[in-house]
Amino acid sequence: MTIERADIEKLAELARIELNEATIAETTKSIADVLALVDQLQAADTEGVEPMAHPTDATQRLRTDEVTETTHREDFQAIAPATEAGLYLVPKVID
Amino acid sequence: MTDSIMNNPRIDDTTMHNKTIADIIAGLDAGEFTSVEITQHYLNRIKQLDSSYNSYITINEESALAQAKAADKRRAEGDAPAFCGVPIAHKDIFCTNGVRTSCGSKMLDNFVPPYNATVVENFANAGAVILGKTNMDEFAMGSSNETSFYGPVKNPWDTNTVPGGSSGGSAAAVAAQLAPGATATDTGGSIRQPAALCGVTGLKPTYGRVSRWGMIAFASSLDQGGPMARTAEDCALMLNVMASFDPKDSTSIDQAVPDYTDNLNQPLKGLKIGVPKEYFEEGLNPGTEQAVRAALAEFEKQGATLVNISLPHSKLAVPAYYVIAPAEASSNLSRFDGVRYGHRCEDPKDLRDMYMRTRAEGFGDEVKRRILVGAYCLSAGYYDAYYRKAQQARRLIKQDFVDAFEQVDVIMGPTSPSPAFEFGSKGDDPVAMYLEDIYTIATNLAGLPGMSVPCGLVDNKPVGLQIIGNYFDESRMLNAAHQFQQTTAWHQQAPAGIALKGKDVGGAK
Repeated sequence: MTIERADIEKLAELARIELNEATIAETTKSIADVLALVDQLQAADTEGVEPMAHPTDATQRLRTDEVTETTHREDFQAIAPATEAGLYLVPKVID
Repeated sequence: MTDSIMNNPRIDDTTMHNKTIADIIAGLDAGEFTSVEITQHYLNRIKQLDSSYNSYITINEESALAQAKAADKRRAEGDAPAFCGVPIAHKDIFCTNGVRTSCGSKMLDNFVPPYNATVVENFANAGAVILGKTNMDEFAMGSSNETSFYGPVKNPWDTNTVPGGSSGGSAAAVAAQLAPGATATDTGGSIRQPAALCGVTGLKPTYGRVSRWGMIAFASSLDQGGPMARTAEDCALMLNVMASFDPKDSTSIDQAVPDYTDNLNQPLKGLKIGVPKEYFEEGLNPGTEQAVRAALAEFEKQGATLVNISLPHSKLAVPAYYVIAPAEASSNLSRFDGVRYGHRCEDPKDLRDMYMRTRAEGFGDEVKRRILVGAYCLSAGYYDAYYRKAQQARRLIKQDFVDAFEQVDVIMGPTSPSPAFEFGSKGDDPVAMYLEDIYTIATNLAGLPGMSVPCGLVDNKPVGLQIIGNYFDESRMLNAAHQFQQTTAWHQQAPAGIALKGKDVGGAK
């Protein structure tokens, strides 16, 4: 699997990480190296093997549907970059 | 205040820090010293010595002394829980109410959580004193501690070499006797590998044994918290506090927590130890192999039997891990968006610009690399080839262990392929760094518990013996490690310059 600059640009867009123009070539190469390592998996015979998502194959625990949490809005908003009237502020999304 | 403690005839400044956690509990119980005295002693040492190691990101001087004072009061009133007044450190991945929790990242340099992780809460309830928060690879991604925003941790055995990672700060703090014990986390070897490289004892419990609530997530199906200390007995004491069923962690296992010290003194006669051939192949340092083989012979001398076993899918562990861990990380780390906490870039022109620059500025290179690899493995068209394939390989790896544990009680081998390496020696090559965890990663994929125990020195650098147990069989691993530590002294070796009880190692302050 070859990976090129355009692939890295697409991934960076998906992951919302601005790339540094000066290091794109280096980033591309190191990710290609990691993917080459990962490609060793392709040699494994996994025919009919059920994928394993959880180490102990546990199922989700259920609880009764009742209110157990209290409001911590003030505590959490105290550490936010920008808030107003109990809301989180972000830059304009639509012009 | 410091002066009066320094002049306290009950405190011997040259050996106070030699005490194990078990010694400290006994000393506090017997009234030989107070929690304020030993806490102040550790704070003094950290201030004097840690500039050489950089093992702490944050030192809690005021709150530690307040906790120590409260612990002494509780003890005087006859209400002393298990860790009442015992000073320890927390890895800076565990959220601490009111104390900055950085996870080694610029992204969380200003993050002061308004709540405690369950592990932190468990230690608070047990009366422990928290000396500070230890340094780590950024978001626990690394095997050398070189990715921390706060600078690398230096290995107390040789400050030109790495302490291992990601829990390098916890390991170095224990090795330099700047804390008698510290919490840590292990996603692919991050407790065991630094424990090996720094010559301390560390344990990664069974997945689900220790709550992940409030422990900043890297790869949620692999992450597990555990203790680091100088002895197996101390790890057992710490695990007694750390392990709990936690309704707030959906993968916490609802199973009674045994007293992990109960079986420490069982003789090892009849113990069947599996020795996997795949862990002794090409790439293993000859000195490391020799030390591990000598440790295995010691177990034989104690009546254990060595059984040659095979874990045939071992070679798939590193590639499977570098799909699963980055995939989970890319999803987990999407929460760092500059909206609710942590870093936000200056003057964003719109929302997209804010996300892009906040994350570019807040994350270091290794974290970005893993997020991008994870995004690739999960992206349309590649999911089956990578993520599904890795999950299938994961089951094959687990099955190897399930089969092995039908024949043997524990599995032993090296923790890491070689002793501590020099700074920068693997810096440009992520793949070389990833192979550092070649013997530890499979355990996380399978969800099994694993330990590292000091078992020798190569060129005056520590070597770790890895002990892998069956699910929820931590007691048996601790028993084996404790018995090994009764007849060997590797765990009592200390780096030059760190004074050790009963030994003149020279160069002590």
